[in-house]
Amino acid sequence: MNHRKLRHNSTTQNQNEQIPAASIPKTCGNQLYHFLWFSLIATCTKLLLIPAYHSTDFEVHRNWLALTHSLPLSQWYSDETSPWTLDYPPFFAYFEYFLSFFASMLDPTIVHLTDGLNSKSHLTILFQRLSVTLSDAVLFYGIYRITRKLDPKQKYLIWVLAVWAPGLIIVDHLHFQYNGFLLGMLLISLSALENGEDLLGGFAFAVLLCFKHLFAVAAPVYFVYLLRHYCRGGLVKGFGRLVVMGSVVVAVFAAAYGPFVYNGQIHQVLRRMFPFGRGLCHAYWAPNFWVFYIMFDKLLAFLLVKMGFHVKAPTASFTGGLVGDSSPFAVLPTITPLISLVLVLLSISPCLLKAWRDPKPSAVTRLVAYAYSCGFMFGWHVHEKASLHFVIPLAIIALKSVEDAKHYFFLSIVSCYSLFPLLYEAQEYPIKVLLLLLHAALMWFGLSSYFGAYVPKGDERSHSSAVVRNADFVIGWFGKSYLMGIVVVDICGQFLHPVVLGNKLPFLPLMMISIYSGFGMMYSWIWQLKWIIGSI
Amino acid sequence: MEKMKIRKNPPKPKFSDPDTGIWSWIVQRGTVASFICISLFALLVRVCVSLHPYSGAGNPPKYGDYEAQRHWMEITINLPVKEWYRNSTINDLNYWGLDYPPLTAYQSYFHGLILRCFDPKSVSLYTSRGYESYIGKLLMRWTVLSSDALIFFPAVLYFINVYYSGKPIKEKTSVAWHIALILLNPCLILIDHGHFQFNCISLGLTVAAVAAILSDRDVVGSVLFSLALNHKQMSAYFAPAFFSYLLGKCLRQQNPVIEVAKLGLAVLGTFAVVWSPYLYSAEASLEVLSRLAPFERGIYEDYVANFWCTTSILVKWKRLLNMQPLKLLSLTATISACLPSMIQLIWKPRKSSFLYGLLNSALAFYLFSFQVHEKSILLPLLPASFLATEKPFVLLWLTQNALVSMFPLLTRDKLIIPYIALHGLFILLYHSPGGRPHKKETQSSFGTLRLFLLSCFLVLHVVYLTIAPPRKYPFLFEAVIMLLCFSQFVVIFLYTNTKQWTPSKLSALSTEAKKHL
Repeated sequence: MNHRKLRHNSTTQNQNEQIPAASIPKTCGNQLYHFLWFSLIATCTKLLLIPAYHSTDFEVHRNWLALTHSLPLSQWYSDETSPWTLDYPPFFAYFEYFLSFFASMLDPTIVHLTDGLNSKSHLTILFQRLSVTLSDAVLFYGIYRITRKLDPKQKYLIWVLAVWAPGLIIVDHLHFQYNGFLLGMLLISLSALENGEDLLGGFAFAVLLCFKHLFAVAAPVYFVYLLRHYCRGGLVKGFGRLVVMGSVVVAVFAAAYGPFVYNGQIHQVLRRMFPFGRGLCHAYWAPNFWVFYIMFDKLLAFLLVKMGFHVKAPTASFTGGLVGDSSPFAVLPTITPLISLVLVLLSISPCLLKAWRDPKPSAVTRLVAYAYSCGFMFGWHVHEKASLHFVIPLAIIALKSVEDAKHYFFLSIVSCYSLFPLLYEAQEYPIKVLLLLLHAALMWFGLSSYFGAYVPKGDERSHSSAVVRNADFVIGWFGKSYLMGIVVVDICGQFLHPVVLGNKLPFLPLMMISIYSGFGMMYSWIWQLKWIIGSI
Repeated sequence: MEKMKIRKNPPKPKFSDPDTGIWSWIVQRGTVASFICISLFALLVRVCVSLHPYSGAGNPPKYGDYEAQRHWMEITINLPVKEWYRNSTINDLNYWGLDYPPLTAYQSYFHGLILRCFDPKSVSLYTSRGYESYIGKLLMRWTVLSSDALIFFPAVLYFINVYYSGKPIKEKTSVAWHIALILLNPCLILIDHGHFQFNCISLGLTVAAVAAILSDRDVVGSVLFSLALNHKQMSAYFAPAFFSYLLGKCLRQQNPVIEVAKLGLAVLGTFAVVWSPYLYSAEASLEVLSRLAPFERGIYEDYVANFWCTTSILVKWKRLLNMQPLKLLSLTATISACLPSMIQLIWKPRKSSFLYGLLNSALAFYLFSFQVHEKSILLPLLPASFLATEKPFVLLWLTQNALVSMFPLLTRDKLIIPYIALHGLFILLYHSPGGRPHKKETQSSFGTLRLFLLSCFLVLHVVYLTIAPPRKYPFLFEAVIMLLCFSQFVVIFLYTNTKQWTPSKLSALSTEAKKHL
């Protein structure tokens, strides 16, 4: 095993060094300090991003601060002062309510329902950005918790991958959202499951669902896994445990939705949370299965027209932003939310089978990540940001095997690139490019060293005294050319398109990005599916 | 419990150092791999800082250094070379006239061309004064960024390669640590990418010159340093060290005269090339030269933590003495402060003492020369960062004090957030696990003093930001900051001077070993 060879070589190298005795006592106890170092470096970088571009999500969250602060609970989900109505589950509303106290201390206009509309004062920006940065503490705790049992060498690498994940910085600290602490909760739940603390895992997941219901895609996996792993050991004991777990989950949901049921608002809450009128695809197509479906439809329509058939042009266009209820397809059947749901469940089923037959704690992270990839590939109105839901958990298991590492290297670059259209202004262009390059370089050096053989060579004194051969960590020519293709696609979209086409076809660069990263996402999904099927 | 568990099953041998293990995956790949990652991060930090406001943003009629740089681009691309430094109806020298040597002017010309290509309005003659726009700011920021990436970064790589080429590498992580501390110096980033200046060019040229001299390419080094001098006259802070080291080295050669002549010719040749458009008459050259020495601005400006400004609390230099004797006084003070370090370099021109010499002469100039800016502390910081592995504490202490001394300036520029973030980043990098070479340094008594000073600084920051100064002394807090920083700079100056004179133990040991052989 090359990995062992590497360790062996590095130890012989270490033995040659004369290390002062004073440094020996502070050894493994420093893990927490090291972790804090990683997370503080990330925090300092995030602080620098405060004045950067932020999307309308910034105003969405500001409005939620205002409406939770100024209105009674019964009106939270019915208020329509701003178009950015509250559409997250109640715990998130409580979270905003909690934040709004600090906001009102800082500046009462932030939380004023009408005066605060579109407030972009320095204090508003500072407060909101800081709230995201501070809430990332949950993410950091989650990462720390899920990696605490690993070998230090693995830990450091995983921290580099997860704590410095570029996608999270782009979505949370530039675009503006609160994914960090939600993913932190997911990681806490996964670490509990991996550790055999099923009740805690189930509890954390239930809490997470009451923060953001998009995470519910993995609920079937959780259900099957907990049923088989937690509720076992005979009929009586199993049933008892089922009751315990059920009551915990019900208690969490009661705490979240209870007040709204009491106020007779539950119907309104649910209507806000599931707005199916929004259409299959988001304004910018997430790079998933539906991109290919749309493209296939266009191609068919084009061919049929060429062959002389009469094809009715679709009434709604995908490129014009939000899509209404009318059919946007010319040839292929229209997709309804139900079809999309069935497809998601169908694609998840192999991992449900796996969870049913062999509920191993060590595999649970992979199963959950796979479920989120299915949700991403086939879900209804999926945002490109949803790729973080499986990229971050997969970072945790990226070092399990060389194949995992290669897949993660590939996936995280594609996923980060697919987030590029979120930041379309010139000012942030170098930031997103540098984030991706830095991540890719760190991953490349880290993963290839970890899976490589350490070969000392030549003169001990010179710099190149040792080279690391990429014994196993090799990205094939196909993968390499695909990743290089990203550069080509980006240059075409960013530089050639404005020069050649000017203002015509403004959606073309976005379409190219989503189609191109769609291939990568498809590959990742198939790779994960193969792994799951192979392991059943 | 946690500790016990981990300690029970470590797959590591007894004498391995897990601290260095934290970066093994990258440092094993060699210096270039670490350099790539660190420089990508350093660039990212620079881009992020450049999101923040620049000096004089939206503050007419004079604006700030950003407007000065933009104005120079406007002047240089619209006027012939000969008119650049001449006061005329078109080129009003009172409005940010060029006051840097010709290389800065050429650089402005080059950047001006780029700006004209993408945003012609931002550099059009006259009408562009005070021009501020989204794309204009971006382009200006990117000119600094590209200068940094194309000059400072490669120079640092060159320096690191030279500096570590002769040394046995015991801990490769310290190389990466050293690169990080040079590239992520908070003061340089804040001034260049926040406040807006092009120090990265002259400092980058200086780094390259130092690297060339350390690798015994003295002629190349002299040419590079002359270029640095021709970009910013402030590079003269390093001149005594370059001069005395090279002189001392030449004196040890077989033909000292030829060696000196060779270097002299290289310097003169570089100057001649750079100044060629102004050499047609003595008048024209003097015209440029007079722009470079703005004596009329007084012996000090604002609240800079140097000798003249600090002692002016007690002695009103400006009232007491005229310009001429003041000039003379500051010149004598500067030279005598440089002298010990210069003598040492001429006497024993060793490479290690050369770096100390750079630090000492730059500090001497900062403390005693005429017309010093807060920003000039960047110059002593550069050699201090060269010495990071030898004297890490000096770098830490100097950087922190330099940051504090620039705090009032950065507050005016609304750069408090990047100030906090970069300060934090620097302290984190300095204490990065497994980075620093293991050396005993701080004694406990010194530790308490340090803690006391740090808490003083913290209180001062809070007070400065929250409390309005008494009406009678509107600059009270600036004065306190200045006093504190000045005292620290003097201590550091004395310490590094003694260090330059006492030969380091390591080199003494190695010479002894040679004798035994």
